[in-house]
Amino acid sequence: MARDIAIIGIGLHPFGRHEGVSAMQLGVEAANLALRDAGVEWRQVHFACAGALEVTQPDSIIKFLGLTGIPFTSIFNGCATGGSLLLNASHCINAGSGDLGIAIGFDKHPRGAFSVGDDMAGLGLGQWYGQTGLAVNPQFFAMKTRRYMHDHGISAECLTRVAVKNFKNGSLNPRAWRRKALEAEEIDASPMVCDPLRQYHFCSPSEGAAAVVLCRAELAHRYTSRPIYLRADVFRTRLYGSFETMSPSNPAKDVPSPTVQASQAAYEAAGLGPDEIDVAQLQDTEAGHEIMHMAENGFCKDGEQEALIRAGATEIGGRLPINTDGGLMANGEPIGASGLRQVYEVCLQLRGEAGARQVPGGPKAGYTHVYGFPGVSCVTILST
Amino acid sequence: MPNQIPIQEGLFTWPAQQPQLIASRCRDCGELTFPQQASCPSCTGREAEPVRLGRRGTLWTWTVQHFPPPVPPYAGPAERERFEPFGVGYVELPDGIRVEGRLTESDPERLRIGMQMELVIEKFMDDAEGNELMTFAFRPVEGGR
Repeated sequence: MARDIAIIGIGLHPFGRHEGVSAMQLGVEAANLALRDAGVEWRQVHFACAGALEVTQPDSIIKFLGLTGIPFTSIFNGCATGGSLLLNASHCINAGSGDLGIAIGFDKHPRGAFSVGDDMAGLGLGQWYGQTGLAVNPQFFAMKTRRYMHDHGISAECLTRVAVKNFKNGSLNPRAWRRKALEAEEIDASPMVCDPLRQYHFCSPSEGAAAVVLCRAELAHRYTSRPIYLRADVFRTRLYGSFETMSPSNPAKDVPSPTVQASQAAYEAAGLGPDEIDVAQLQDTEAGHEIMHMAENGFCKDGEQEALIRAGATEIGGRLPINTDGGLMANGEPIGASGLRQVYEVCLQLRGEAGARQVPGGPKAGYTHVYGFPGVSCVTILST
Repeated sequence: MPNQIPIQEGLFTWPAQQPQLIASRCRDCGELTFPQQASCPSCTGREAEPVRLGRRGTLWTWTVQHFPPPVPPYAGPAERERFEPFGVGYVELPDGIRVEGRLTESDPERLRIGMQMELVIEKFMDDAEGNELMTFAFRPVEGGR
C-alpha cells in the first residue's frame, strides 16, 4: 500500500476496570476523542465500523453518536478484531464507499481467565474436550512457549525480563491499567498458572475502547498537519498444520503461524523491511508469545531473543522498542479494542506525543500485530 | 463393578485390552485428524476413513494446569479445596500426528520433552446414572527414556 490512507484522529478510553460503565459507553468516549483529535464532527463521517466480543450488536453505538444514516458494519475476528476494523475502513475508502470513516473497538470482560463458552460445538469441538479441562487457552500459550524454549534455547529468566519491561513501560503510561513497575523477584514469586508461565507473565481480560478516524490520504491536510499513513494492513487465518489453541491434534510437522504470513505480506505491501521499523506493538498475551512474535514478525531469528532482550534491545531507547505503552500485560485485553490500542500507541509515538515513554530519535515507521484464537493474525505498518 | 463408558463415543476403542485412539485418514492425501472427521482439513478432501493410532509416542510439549478451568465446560472438581493440578501435553505418535491429552503425571520435575508416553484409558468422573465416564490420557512409560 502506498500512502493511500491517512489516520487523522485517534482516541482511547483507558483500559482497566470501569464499574458501572457499559462497553458501549467506553466506545462512545473513544469515538468522541478520536473525532475531536481529527477536528471532525460526526456528521462529516461517511462510514463506520465497530467490533466487540461482549456486545450483542456493536453497531447499536450509532444512536449515541448520531443517526445520520451512514453504513455501519460490525466486525469480529477475535483478537484480530482491531486490525480487521482498520482493514475494512481502508477497503471502504479504496472502494469509493466514502472518503472519511471511523473504526471503533470496545469491550468489557468479566474477571478471571477468558472462558471459551460452555458449548464446545460452537468451536467445532466435542463436549468432552471442555469437560476434561482441555479447552483452556493458557494451556496452549504455555505449551507453545515450552516447545519454543526447548527448541531455541530461551530461558525462564527471559520470560520474566519481558514482563519486567512491559510493566515498566506501563508505569510510564498515564493511561495504562497497571502502572506499577514490578521487580523480577515479584514476577517469579507470582503463582504458576500453566508451566512455565506465571500470573505476572500473562495479561488479563479488561475493559476499554479505542477509535481511529481515517480518510483518503489526499484529503488529510484538511484535518491535520501530521497524518499517519496506513502503509499495510494484512489479515490472515491459519494454514493447515499451524500449532493453535483448541486443537485436539496437529500433524507432526512444523508450519509457521498465521502471524508469519500476515507479517511477510505486510512488509511487501508497505515496501518496508523489519529493519526500517522504529517501534512495534506485538501481541503479548503472555511473555512467551512476545518472544516468539519477535521472530514470527521478522525482527530477529529464532533464538536470538535471549541475547537481544538481555541487552535491552526491546526497551524504550533500545534498537527495537516493543510494547511501549505496556502492551497487553499492563493494559489488559478488551478483545474488540486491543488492536486499535496498538495503533493508537504507534500513532502517538510517530507524532512524538508519547510523553515519558516516547521512543527517542523521531520514529518514522511503526508496526502493530495481533494474534489469537482460532489462528488469526493481523499486522499493520504505519509511517509518517 | 460400575459400568465404564467412554466420555464420548468414537474417541477410542472401548472396552479393549489395548485401547487405541481413533483418527481419520484422508483417502486423497493420507493426512490424519483426531478426533475423526468426515472431511480433510489439509487437502479439503471429502472422503476420510477411521483408523486406529499407535499407543506409544514421545512427549512433544507439556504444561500443568494449576487453576480450575472455567465451569462449564469443565466438568471435573473445580472448587479450590478439591481441584488438583493436572498435566496436559501433546504426544507425537509414529503415525505422524501429535495428539493433545491429559497426562497422568502432574509433577513438572517428572515431565520432559522427548520422554516416552503411552495411551491409557482412565476414569474422569461419574455421571448421574452412576456410570464411570472414561477418557484417554498419556502416561510416562515405565523405564522409558
